[in-house]
Amino acid sequence: MMSTQPLQDTLDHWSRFTLRQRLMRYGGLALTLLLVGWALGSIDVIWEWVWDSPRQMGDLFGRMMPPDPSNLPSILEAIWQTVNIATLATMVAVVVSLPVAYISAQNTTPNRVALWIGRFILVSSRSVNTIIWALLFVAIFGPGIVAGIVAIMFRSIGFLGKLLGEAIEEIDHKPVEALEACGASRFKIVLYAIVPQVMPAFFAVAILRWDINLRESTVLGLVGAGGIGMILQGAIDTFNWPEVSMVLLTILALVVFGEVVSSYLRKKIL
Amino acid sequence: MRGRLALVRKTIMLKISKLTKHYGSGDPVLKELDLTVEGDQLTSVIGSSGAGKSTLLRCINRLVEPTSGSIDLNGTEFTTLNRRELRAARRRIGMVFQGFNLIDRLTVMENVQSGRLGYISTWSALTRRYPRDDIRHAYELMERVGIAHYANKRADELSGGERQRVGVVRALMQRPEILLADEPTASLDPKTSEQIMSLLRDLASELKLPVIINIHNVTEAKEYSDRIVGMRYGRIIFDDLPEKLTTAEMDEIYAGVPAMDRAAVGASVGAGA
Amino acid sequence: MSGAKDCWRKPPFIANPVLRYGLYGAVLIYFVATLATLPIDWDRVADGMTRAQRIFNGAFPPNFERSGLLIDGFLESLKIAILATVGGVALSVPLAFMAAGNIAIKPVYFLGRAIIIVARSFHPVIVAIIFVKAVGFGPFAGALTLVVYSIGFVAKLLAERIEEIDFGQVEAMRSAGAGFIATLVYAVLPQIMPRLVGLGIYQLDSNLRASAVVGIVGAGGIGATLANAFGRYDYDFALAITMVIVGVILISEAVSGFVRKRIA
Repeated sequence: MMSTQPLQDTLDHWSRFTLRQRLMRYGGLALTLLLVGWALGSIDVIWEWVWDSPRQMGDLFGRMMPPDPSNLPSILEAIWQTVNIATLATMVAVVVSLPVAYISAQNTTPNRVALWIGRFILVSSRSVNTIIWALLFVAIFGPGIVAGIVAIMFRSIGFLGKLLGEAIEEIDHKPVEALEACGASRFKIVLYAIVPQVMPAFFAVAILRWDINLRESTVLGLVGAGGIGMILQGAIDTFNWPEVSMVLLTILALVVFGEVVSSYLRKKIL
Repeated sequence: MRGRLALVRKTIMLKISKLTKHYGSGDPVLKELDLTVEGDQLTSVIGSSGAGKSTLLRCINRLVEPTSGSIDLNGTEFTTLNRRELRAARRRIGMVFQGFNLIDRLTVMENVQSGRLGYISTWSALTRRYPRDDIRHAYELMERVGIAHYANKRADELSGGERQRVGVVRALMQRPEILLADEPTASLDPKTSEQIMSLLRDLASELKLPVIINIHNVTEAKEYSDRIVGMRYGRIIFDDLPEKLTTAEMDEIYAGVPAMDRAAVGASVGAGA
Repeated sequence: MSGAKDCWRKPPFIANPVLRYGLYGAVLIYFVATLATLPIDWDRVADGMTRAQRIFNGAFPPNFERSGLLIDGFLESLKIAILATVGGVALSVPLAFMAAGNIAIKPVYFLGRAIIIVARSFHPVIVAIIFVKAVGFGPFAGALTLVVYSIGFVAKLLAERIEEIDFGQVEAMRSAGAGFIATLVYAVLPQIMPRLVGLGIYQLDSNLRASAVVGIVGAGGIGATLANAFGRYDYDFALAITMVIVGVILISEAVSGFVRKRIA
């Protein structure tokens, strides 16, 4: 029907949608326009600044050019630190998320209380952003890489636990039944019938989260939690725009590197 | 040669009495069912879908919890065991499944050794360092059923018939006192399914192992069994030698089955003959 | 049968032993080295525990007294999210056509891809910092940030959808003598419309989440309220804000999921 639609458009008695569908569409459009109007009308911005912004941005961009590589050694060191934050935090989070996933999957949870505890951990970890976790842990551990690692870890547990829990819920139950019939204990059933089935999802999710964590680690420094963000913040505070652009270029390279590595690992392992 | 495979033991006896199973509030699936299996017999349980064949088999090792009645395997009353005792008792019952129920991503050897999980330590299960006796036993059994050269292959690389052989070896690794097979050939093509049936028959007599098979295909049941049990609506309405199963009794076992399905059963009888 | 083997080892994942142990060794060295050089100041951590104690004591019970401030912050986040979604989706459509390999010519294609990669690579917080410096504190910087953020996601997935379209319809239009724009409007747009609407709704949800964060670096919305509360040691108000953020995110996730299911 879709493929003949443009040609039939010329007939005057044809319409593509039923009345109800059309009302839904116009309703959706009107609602969107209304929301945009409301937002534009009441948002607290100084419109002169808005009209002036293209010039401001051009100006800032001009000051960023050309990038200044003189501070490259310490930038690279901070990048290395960023990679370490992402890697260590992902590793620890993966280990911690396993039991959480186990108790928050419908088919493996020992009881309802455990299920709700597991879900609570997942939701609270996932809903609080890395930066907010970082604010908290910088207050606790003081500024530095440790607060960053813990923050990334706390955020990752929810993500990993949720996806792994879903993978556990999707396993084929038949091997579990077979091992129950053999008289295997619960732990051995997990080891032989559940772990092998969840393995591919486990690696896929861990690699995915590592890639995301690499990105997240780049901003930790802005709240004092280590990594390349610290240098970026320093350069911005001292209006050293050529160094800012150098840092941005390095971050870009890091992220592209992360994507290449993770897609290579995905292909290799799965 | 076969001495190692066969265990010297007294005559095996499984005695089921007054077994009843209710699911929810509906009609019971099994109604006060009595059945005794002994020695090295191969017993086939036939009946239309919903007759209670699968529930009966799963009640024996309590994969399905019976509502009432008694299951006695060589003096052990199964229905009253607690979880721990049940785990130990289940090792004595081997089970083969319609869908093979293998762990696809593990090797054939790991699948086979998973039959020993009730016996070995958690550490050797985790590190895959199985006891020498178990490995020797596994190779012997795999050789017997013709899959020894697949030990290092992943289970999902095998064909259906080969996978079911792995399932059979896994069950035999338990050194079971009785073997249950739930539609072991229903997922296989006719030729492979005959091979599996004759394998089960031969193993029953070689290992002096009673085998109970749920089966759809009446022709196969008649050809390979020592005894046929016909079930209908949760009761046993036929229990005799295969040659005693006449068309009239078939009609009774499968009565009320829609004409299409009956035609299918009839066709399989005709095709096998 | 008497010659049966009695030992068996699981075939290793990496067959080559040199490579295998080399890899194990490398991973081990990496962990030992990074963990050993981790600058953990245990005194500071011990000190931090009492500090954490103080934060938690200060945070409980959460303080909803200044709920006016909280609601204002949220409305601002919502406005930022709406404007950024509309703007981001509007910009994503032409960009997605540029970045679709089956429609665009090579140089345009590479330009489109490059813009998307750059938009995706930078965390919204970094983008926000730059915009705050360029256009000043406030919701405008936040909206610009989230426009960039939306482009990175919507344009990428939309371009992938365009690359999957049924090309027969395009050929039919071309053979009917339609121009380039007419072809896009009649043969391509109808095919990608459902996806575009779905992505837009999903992005509204993610923008609302992200707007809570970019505020921390000065780009307006509830994040700014949170950062202020944290900075003034009003931990009870900060906890109240965080709780409301979590609640709103859960609701918005549920609503967006529901609407997308209805549309699909």
